Amino acid sequence: MHPLFQGIITIIIGVGGCVGYFYASNLVLDKVIYPARGANISRNIRRANEVRPWLFLFPAIFVLGLYLVYPVIGSFWRSLFNRSGDDFIGLGNYITLFGSDEFQTAVFNNILWAIVVPAGATFIGLVAAQLTDRLSWGNIAKSLIFMPMAISFVGASLIWKFVYAFDTDIGLINAIIVGLFGGEPVDVLQIPFWNNFFLMFILIWIQTGFAMVILSAALRGIPEETIEAAIIDGANPFQIFFKIKVPQIMGTIVVVWTTITILVLKVFDIVYTMTGGNFGTEILPSYMMTFMFRDDGRATAVAIVIMVIVTPVMVWNIMQSRKELR
Amino acid sequence: MDNIAGQKSSLSIVTHLSVLLLVLIWLVPTVGLFVSSFRDRDQISASGWWEAPFPVELTARGRTGAQGTPEGDMFVVTGNIFDDEEASSFFGADPGDVVAFGTRGSNPTEFPVGETVDLGDGETLTVNGDGSYRWVTPEDPGDRGQRVYFAAESPPKFTLDNYENVLTADNMDRAFINTMIVTIPATIIPILVAAFAAYALAWMEFPGRGLLIALIVGLLVVPLQLALVPMLNFHNAIGVGQSFVGIWFAHTAFGMPLAVYLLRNYMVGLPRDIIECAKVDGATDFQVFTKIVLPLSFPALAAFSIFQFLWTWNDLLVAKVFLPTNDTAKVMTVKIADDLLGSRGGDWGILATAAFVSIAVPLVVFFAMQRYLVRGLLAGSVK
Repeated sequence: MHPLFQGIITIIIGVGGCVGYFYASNLVLDKVIYPARGANISRNIRRANEVRPWLFLFPAIFVLGLYLVYPVIGSFWRSLFNRSGDDFIGLGNYITLFGSDEFQTAVFNNILWAIVVPAGATFIGLVAAQLTDRLSWGNIAKSLIFMPMAISFVGASLIWKFVYAFDTDIGLINAIIVGLFGGEPVDVLQIPFWNNFFLMFILIWIQTGFAMVILSAALRGIPEETIEAAIIDGANPFQIFFKIKVPQIMGTIVVVWTTITILVLKVFDIVYTMTGGNFGTEILPSYMMTFMFRDDGRATAVAIVIMVIVTPVMVWNIMQSRKELR
Repeated sequence: MDNIAGQKSSLSIVTHLSVLLLVLIWLVPTVGLFVSSFRDRDQISASGWWEAPFPVELTARGRTGAQGTPEGDMFVVTGNIFDDEEASSFFGADPGDVVAFGTRGSNPTEFPVGETVDLGDGETLTVNGDGSYRWVTPEDPGDRGQRVYFAAESPPKFTLDNYENVLTADNMDRAFINTMIVTIPATIIPILVAAFAAYALAWMEFPGRGLLIALIVGLLVVPLQLALVPMLNFHNAIGVGQSFVGIWFAHTAFGMPLAVYLLRNYMVGLPRDIIECAKVDGATDFQVFTKIVLPLSFPALAAFSIFQFLWTWNDLLVAKVFLPTNDTAKVMTVKIADDLLGSRGGDWGILATAAFVSIAVPLVVFFAMQRYLVRGLLAGSVK
C-alpha cells in the first residue's frame, strides 16, 4: 500500500478514533453505567462526574506514560546492561563513559553550549526587542530576525556551511578575510576549541527570534510611569534600559533563558551535520547518536546523563508552575 | 511610548544602523542559499553568490581546426574557437568574450587576446575577443589542431537545473512526500487528544489535578533521547518496528506535553461565566467542550498546530531512529544530512537546492501564520 494512502487512512482512523472514543465513552458513562434516572439519580450523576475527567484524560496520559515516563525507567534499566542486553553490568557503562576522553569533551562542550547559547540568544534578543520597538520598520525587522525559527536545524546548518566554507568562492567569511583584509583563508570548523562557538552561533541565530518576540511583549508591558519617572530624574537611555526596564522583566528573561537551555540539551542536528562530532566538537546528544543502533547500553547511559543534567531545570520549572497555580 | 518627552535622542540613527546590521546578519546567509540554488554549477565554483549578477570568468579549453590553407610555405588555420565542441561544452548557448588565452593547461590565461604569440618552431597563434583565431604553422597540421586554453567572460546564468536534479535524480521528491506523510497525521492527531485532556485539567474538578499539571510541566523538559532506545525496542516487540505508524505515535507523544500545557493555559483564561451558564442550562461537559471551549480555543489550537508542524517537519532525530533507513522511507532532513552531505558534499548547488526545498514549506507556513505563532509563544511563556 502506498504510504500516502496509509497516511490518509491513519488520519481518518486517528481522528475518527479519538472522536469516537470520547463520544462513545461519554455516552456509555451517562446512559449505561450511571444513568441519570431511577432511584440513585443524584448519586449516579455525581459518580459520572467523578469518572468523566479520567475519560477525557486517558488517551493523553496513556501516550505520555508510555513514551515519556516509562522510558525514564526503561532507559535507566537498559543502561545497566551490556551491549547485547544479556549481562547485567551495574554501573559498568557509566564507568567506561566517564573514563573516555570523548565523553569528557562532550560534557565540557555541552556545558559551554548550555551557557553560551542561552546567554547569546537572550542578550541579542533583548537588544533587538528594545531597538526594534521604536522603529517604523521594526515589525519587518522583527519578522526577519524571527524567521530562522521556521528553519530546520539541518537546513540552518547547511545555510551556515555556505558561510563557513573554506573555498573563498563559497564561504562568505573567507571571502571577506581574503578579499577585504588580504589574509589567508581558514577553515573555521577546524580551529580547535573556537570551532564550537561557530556551531553555537547557528543555534543562537535560530533562537534569537524566540527570545526577541517574548521579551518584546514583556517590554511593552512595563508601566510607563516608571520610565517617565526615570526620565524626569535625568536618567539616560542606557540607564533606563539596564536599571529600569531589565529588572522589571527579569522574570520573563529567566523563563526565556531556561527554555533555550532545555532546547540546547536536546539539539544534536547541528553538530551531526556540520562536523559529525569531529575536531573536538562532540556534545552529549550527538555523542549518544554514535552509540545508537550499535550499543544500546552506552546510548541509554548517555541519555541518562543528559536527563540528570536537565533535572534541576525540571524541578525549578515545576516549582514555578506550582507557585502560579496557587 | 513614542510620545514620552526625551525619548527621541541622537541615538536614533545608531539604532537604525544597528538594527539594519542585525537584520543583515540574520538574512544574508539565507539569501545566499537561495541565490546559490539558482546558479549554474560552473558559476558556483567560479565566483561567490554575492557576485551572481556579474559575469563570471570561466576557463575552458578547445582545439583549433586542422584544415590548413597553404600560404607561401606556411599553413594557415582560421576559425572560431567556440565552434569547437569541447570548448562550447563549457558554455551555454550564449558564450561571452574571450579575455585571455594560453597553450598550456597550467597557465590558461598566459596571453592577452589579440596578441600574436610565437609558439616556437615558427608557429604563431592569435585569439581574438570574439573567439576567432588564426594559427600559422610551417607543417601541415594533418588531422590534429592546436590545443588552446582560454578564459571567457560568461554572462550571469540562472537555471532551474539544480531543482530538476534534486527532485529527479536524488529522490528528493520521494523524501518530500515522505516528510508530508510523517508531518500531517503527526500534527492533527495530538491536537484532539491534547484538547480533551487540557479541558479536563482546566475546567473539571477532580483529585490529583494539580499533581497532573505539575507532571505535564515536568515532562516538557524530559529529553527525547531517553525515549529512543526503549521505545524502538517496544515498537519492535509489538511488531510496529521502524515504520510510519511508529513515527506517528512517537511524534504524537513527544508533542503532547507542550500541547496540553499550551491549550490548558489558554482554556483557563476563557471567561468562567460562559461555561457556567451553559452548565446551568443543562449542557454536559462533553457539550460544553465541543460547542463552547473548542471553538473559542481556536487561536491556541492554531498556535500549537504550527509548532507541531514545524517541529515534525524539521525533525531529524526522531526520523533517524523511528523510520527505516531505506530510500523509500527517508524524510528530507535525513536525506540531506545522511545522503547529500556525504555523497555530494562538494556539490554546493545541489546542497543549496535541497536545503531550500526542505525549508520552503515551513517558511511559507511561518510567514502566513506568524500572528498565531507569536500568540502561542506568549501564551506558553508569559503570564
